[in-house]
Amino acid sequence: MNPIARNAKDFWTGVIFLIIGGGAIVLSRDYGMGTAVKMGPAYFPTILSSLLIVIGAISVIRSFLKPGTPIGTVAWKGLFLIIASTLLFGGIVRGAGLAIALPLLIIISAFASTRFRWQYALALAVGVTVFCILIFQVGLGVPLPILGSWFGG
Amino acid sequence: MELIANIGLGFSTALTPLNLLYCLAGVFLGTLIGVLPGLGPTATIAMLLPITFNLPPVSSLIMLAGIYYGSQYGGSTTSILVNVPGEAASVVTALDGYQMARKGRAGVALATAAIGSFFAGTVATVILALFAPPLAEIALKFGPAEFFSLMVLGLLASLVLARGSLLHASGMVVLGLLMGLIGSDVNTGTQRFTFDLPQLADGVGFVVVAMGMFGLAEIIRNLENEDDRSLIVSKVTNLMPTKEDWKRIVGPILRGTAIGSILGILPGSGSILGSFAAYAIEKKVSKNSAEFGKGAIEGVAAPESANNAGAQTSFIPMLTLGIPSNPVMALMIGAMIIQGIQPGPSVITEQPALFWGIIVSMWIGNFFLVVLNLPMIGMWVRIVSVPYQFLFPAILVFCGIGVFSLNNTEFDIYLMALFGVIGYIFVKLDCEPAPMLLAFILGPMMEEYLRRALLLSRGDPMVFLERPISATMLALAALAIIVASLPMFYKKREEAFKEE
Repeated sequence: MNPIARNAKDFWTGVIFLIIGGGAIVLSRDYGMGTAVKMGPAYFPTILSSLLIVIGAISVIRSFLKPGTPIGTVAWKGLFLIIASTLLFGGIVRGAGLAIALPLLIIISAFASTRFRWQYALALAVGVTVFCILIFQVGLGVPLPILGSWFGG
Repeated sequence: MELIANIGLGFSTALTPLNLLYCLAGVFLGTLIGVLPGLGPTATIAMLLPITFNLPPVSSLIMLAGIYYGSQYGGSTTSILVNVPGEAASVVTALDGYQMARKGRAGVALATAAIGSFFAGTVATVILALFAPPLAEIALKFGPAEFFSLMVLGLLASLVLARGSLLHASGMVVLGLLMGLIGSDVNTGTQRFTFDLPQLADGVGFVVVAMGMFGLAEIIRNLENEDDRSLIVSKVTNLMPTKEDWKRIVGPILRGTAIGSILGILPGSGSILGSFAAYAIEKKVSKNSAEFGKGAIEGVAAPESANNAGAQTSFIPMLTLGIPSNPVMALMIGAMIIQGIQPGPSVITEQPALFWGIIVSMWIGNFFLVVLNLPMIGMWVRIVSVPYQFLFPAILVFCGIGVFSLNNTEFDIYLMALFGVIGYIFVKLDCEPAPMLLAFILGPMMEEYLRRALLLSRGDPMVFLERPISATMLALAALAIIVASLPMFYKKREEAFKEE
């Protein structure tokens, strides 16, 4: 039977390890190996990458031999919204400022919950934003503007 | 007599108003995050680290330590009242604690947890004070070969105690070591794995990794199924255990403390393993073993004592060897480095006020916790009922601002998001992130010790086997791996973690 279906966890873990290990070995070739007495920058990474490749290979081989448990449901909506809102926050926080970036982060991420209600999300956005501006910006002096340069802040 | 003088120094450090305040703040925050399911000490400490950079080193470490052991206390409240463990180490407490609450004995269960934790915390603090200095003295004689072997032992031991597949966990360790090398090579200045990004020249910050893999990934995982949390009791009354209860909890508390203290020192476990082991042993030796799972008070006393004892003794390898035994300790090491303290055996002699101040503050913190948890239980009960949909956006906000303030760069926010995705993928593939974070911290140190050891031995790798202490540690490491891969042990390990 298809190992991807039969033991997806082992298969994909192995594949990830193989890719990263292989990639790291290729990159390390530029760094200079050195000798055991005078280890170059590539020495330790090469040992580690080789180990990772071995482990990855065993995991892939094992996925053909031994059935495993399925990966289970993936929270696609949660994954997408949490990551997207975080990236957006990073992208606009300097330009727009905390007073805009924080409510957006809160409301977009709150969408990820199955129990999302506008009135709660808005209330939460206002509360957390005020709290964070007071603590981080006013209190601790984190260099982020309340209103950013896009709004003349 | 030296011990008394040292403890005196500890008291004079810990009892300054500023440090008392940070100790209280730490245990308060710790209880809070312990009570709130879905927010663990690793993510919290990572979020708060940037704030503590401006504090004096002692105050910041006192507060961070307080968060850790405070969370062990708080976790039990949620376990008992809602049957959802607030903290991984409180999983077993839910088994009997929740049943006690259903029988109207929530107050007694909470009081038992607090009493057990306080006793265990006190004993474990004494153990720390007694055993850490001699251990550090031995460690001062360590050369690079010993340190390298010690790290190998630490990492392999963390595999044994990791959940899920042993093979995957080993891969995570290697991957973590490799990721730790990102950035400039110390000796040659070669940029390694930086993809020509100048922001990666100093490497990836461990706080960024921790927030991504423990903060963001955990939120996404929690969103897979949002369970309803219903409180079994809205009001907790009658905290006092009866005479009969007292008789029944003395033994479990003593045994739990002993088991937790020993297991806490082992790398990779912290307090989690201790609470599982203590519960399992109590179930075997107790006269009332038939009652276990139906509300046996022993089933609350033993694991709660064990997890608190373990939380304290896990500081021993961190403070004496500079080697973290769990991700929280790894963050503490990071905090020390940022504060300009080189973690390792010399901390005790070079920074006595710091070392003894932390130890004494732990005892004071345990006392604060009893006060915070018992008379103020009503407040925590209300906090338990805060729904998760209000929590996670706020957690996200703290992660975002926190990670930005490390270096005042948006790049770290993007990197955190990336590690959130990576962390979630690994969670889905049964790859435990904890050993990876340990390895990530140890990676650069390991390379440096390997380099020095081989330089001293003129490239002969036998140096690791020829030096007795180093050889012993490697032998122990090999033993740990052999034991872990035995089919018998493997099954036991599966069973132990299944209840989670």
